Amino acid sequence: MFSVIKRLRFSLLAAPLALALSSTPHAETVVRYGISMADIPLTTGQPDRGAGAYQFTGHTIYDPLIAWEANIGTRPGKLVPGLATEWKVDPKDNKVWRFTLRKGVKFHDGSDFNADAVVWNLDKVLNDKSPQFDAKQSAQVRPRIPSIASFKKIDDYTVEVTTKNVDALFPYQLPWFLIGSPAQWDKLGRDWAKVATQPSGTGPFKLDKLVPRERADLVKNAAYWDKARLAKTDRIVLVPIPDAVTRANALLNGQVDIIETPPPDVIPQLTAQKFKIVQNVTPHVWPYHFSTQPGSPWTDIRVRKAVNLAVDREAIVKLLGGQAVAAKGQLDKSSPWFGKPSFDLKYDLPAARALMAQAGFTKANPLKAKIIIAQGGTGQMLSLPMNEFIQQSLAEIDIQVEFEVVELENLYLHWRSGAKADMNAGKGITAINLGYVTADPFYALTRFAAAKYIAPNGVNWGGYDNPKVNEAIDKIGATFDTKEQDKLLTFVHEQMVNDALMLWVVHDTNPHAMSPKVKQFVQAQHWFQDLTTIGM
Amino acid sequence: MLGYLFKRLLYTLPIALGVTLVSFTLVYLAPGDPLNAIAPADAPADVIEALKVAYGLDRPMPVRYGLWLVRAVQGDLGASISTGRAVASEVMAAVSNTLVLASVAAAAGVLIGCVLGALAGYNAGSWLDRLASALSVVGVSIPHYWLGLVLTIVFSVKLGWLPAMGAGPGGSGEWLWDGEHLRYLLLPAATLSVIPMGIITRTVRALVADTVNQEFVVALRARGLSRVAVFQHVARNAAPTVLAVTGLQVGYLMGGSILVETVFAWPGTGFLLNTAIFQRDIPLLQGTILVLCMFFVALNLLVDILQPLVDPRMGRA
Repeated sequence: MFSVIKRLRFSLLAAPLALALSSTPHAETVVRYGISMADIPLTTGQPDRGAGAYQFTGHTIYDPLIAWEANIGTRPGKLVPGLATEWKVDPKDNKVWRFTLRKGVKFHDGSDFNADAVVWNLDKVLNDKSPQFDAKQSAQVRPRIPSIASFKKIDDYTVEVTTKNVDALFPYQLPWFLIGSPAQWDKLGRDWAKVATQPSGTGPFKLDKLVPRERADLVKNAAYWDKARLAKTDRIVLVPIPDAVTRANALLNGQVDIIETPPPDVIPQLTAQKFKIVQNVTPHVWPYHFSTQPGSPWTDIRVRKAVNLAVDREAIVKLLGGQAVAAKGQLDKSSPWFGKPSFDLKYDLPAARALMAQAGFTKANPLKAKIIIAQGGTGQMLSLPMNEFIQQSLAEIDIQVEFEVVELENLYLHWRSGAKADMNAGKGITAINLGYVTADPFYALTRFAAAKYIAPNGVNWGGYDNPKVNEAIDKIGATFDTKEQDKLLTFVHEQMVNDALMLWVVHDTNPHAMSPKVKQFVQAQHWFQDLTTIGM
Repeated sequence: MLGYLFKRLLYTLPIALGVTLVSFTLVYLAPGDPLNAIAPADAPADVIEALKVAYGLDRPMPVRYGLWLVRAVQGDLGASISTGRAVASEVMAAVSNTLVLASVAAAAGVLIGCVLGALAGYNAGSWLDRLASALSVVGVSIPHYWLGLVLTIVFSVKLGWLPAMGAGPGGSGEWLWDGEHLRYLLLPAATLSVIPMGIITRTVRALVADTVNQEFVVALRARGLSRVAVFQHVARNAAPTVLAVTGLQVGYLMGGSILVETVFAWPGTGFLLNTAIFQRDIPLLQGTILVLCMFFVALNLLVDILQPLVDPRMGRA
């Protein structure tokens, strides 16, 4: 009897409590994200700090006309409709592209997205006479949309863009170009500094708070036009923590819930404490890019092939705590453009030694080479240990490598100038070590393989010039049949590998470490990540 | 005294001008391109050229220096190439964060250093002296960043008592002198205080040990003065040198420690300098260096003013 009364009393007390709890407003879900940058990337529309910054203040606040599918991790993404529902090249004039814009989309400030907004944004970055022109945003995106010659509004929801040349790969440039609100810029006194703190795009997140170098709060845009990409978290707080160990400590301490690139030596501790490590194939390669200019030791294909056979890539992956994939070429094997190169990148010291002997190099007559490297920085992975590993590996095949170690910013200068430039050739530098983004056909292949992009006209650093490859690249630009385009891109990649254009070492896997509280995160095979997939 | 003050003020003018010249030109000596702060790594030559013109980097160095100096005198340090934000406000925000950190670190360092140094000096040759000397050597020699990491691993990661990084739960803009915020301050301030503590311990120890053996101290003791009264005389004799060393140490701390502020992601001047250096953000670098140098000049001026107040002989000299 006593127990019945007790149970009844408990029920009477518990019922209103349960009712009260169920009617409590939904508590805000918050994920704190420790990012590897020293500052929050630009929030005005075109993020600075490279491809990796687009996931933070680019594709969160804004949308492009054509988007990259970043909410899938099991295969490489593809181009998908963004603010343009359709894009077509004019069959009569292949330089003209028509974009049909999405109707009913509003910017965060409530203004309408339409053709005027697209033209205004193109003027913002390409027309230095326009009042809204912003040199900083222009500098970020102009090199990424080099094909655009002109543009105009056809009607409220149609925009026409004309390219400089026939360029079938043009759509790949557009995920980089993001659309901001002209009305917001007007409302904030046409002041980009004010827009930085109160930006307005059409994206799945709105910027709620910005403290430079300390935090940016992104809150869910519940009215986002793409219901399939509604954010799974109400608020994501971006916290810049440039030091890798500090980032890991902040995760272990519970100050953040997810971090980029945990240091390899902390990973065992993280996994032992039930933190999750997530990584995926990422369009990145860590190579030595050879000079093929006269006088360079790398002009001999036997030497280039020998070095590719002399490096134990799996040992380097181990050195990196498993946070990399051994390279088989410029692209990862899972890429649709990898193909079937006849030259297999593997660890085969006897074959490497034989090639070096054929090329005339022996212990008594070693090959001497000076290679410029960075001491570290974005995309450089564990630069110094990896380079020292390779230095020792190449010593095994009678190559004496001398490093010129510079800061990454300085390395960029050497890169842009090309192998022929005095700052490189004049100092005896014949190869450069720089991590490359390989996100799309241009970034992965054509910019390195086409003779028209030999530096300083582009970043074909070493001066690679293969007529067959040049011809294929010209054809790619004029081929609108995607299957044919893929075939040509595959051919280009196969040729690059067969010519051993670079010493390809590893592909980064862009690891993330997450607290057990974070239940969902889809890591795309790209530098563009979709933060809407993060869920508690 | 007024003449002394006027002379000291007059000296600061050429020093300040020299500081502006050095802080403007020195940053251009480092290899690399300032436009890396704004342009992607693969930006073509025409984009780079257009940017050079847009940011005035195509002008000769003396012209750039002159324009910068005129603006700097009016308090306008230009805008960051990387972010477009005003350098003056960026630097002042960072200075205020470093001030919070440096003031606590300096207070702890000076206080502990003076106590340890005085104890060691008074008891020269004893175990206390050896202990204090050992601590000061450790303080001076221990790498900052290493100590910071060790403290974080122990107190943040293992024990979970203190935050591992940051300047407060809501960021530095919402700094308050309350318990919650002080928890964020403890580890970086403790790390930063170790060097001034070591240096001041050694300085005070040497001065006190030297002074207590001087004849006037023997005479004071012979007159039957209490230990406290004797100590007051010793302290007054040591004060000018300690003041000078403290001024220098506080100046160093105000410059922010790049390593400590990076290890603790503390948004101060060191963190700002680190960002500016790696981004080749020249206006930000120039502005930060200038403001920090001026702080140093002002601190030295303050020490010069305070010293004759403590030791009137210096004013007469």
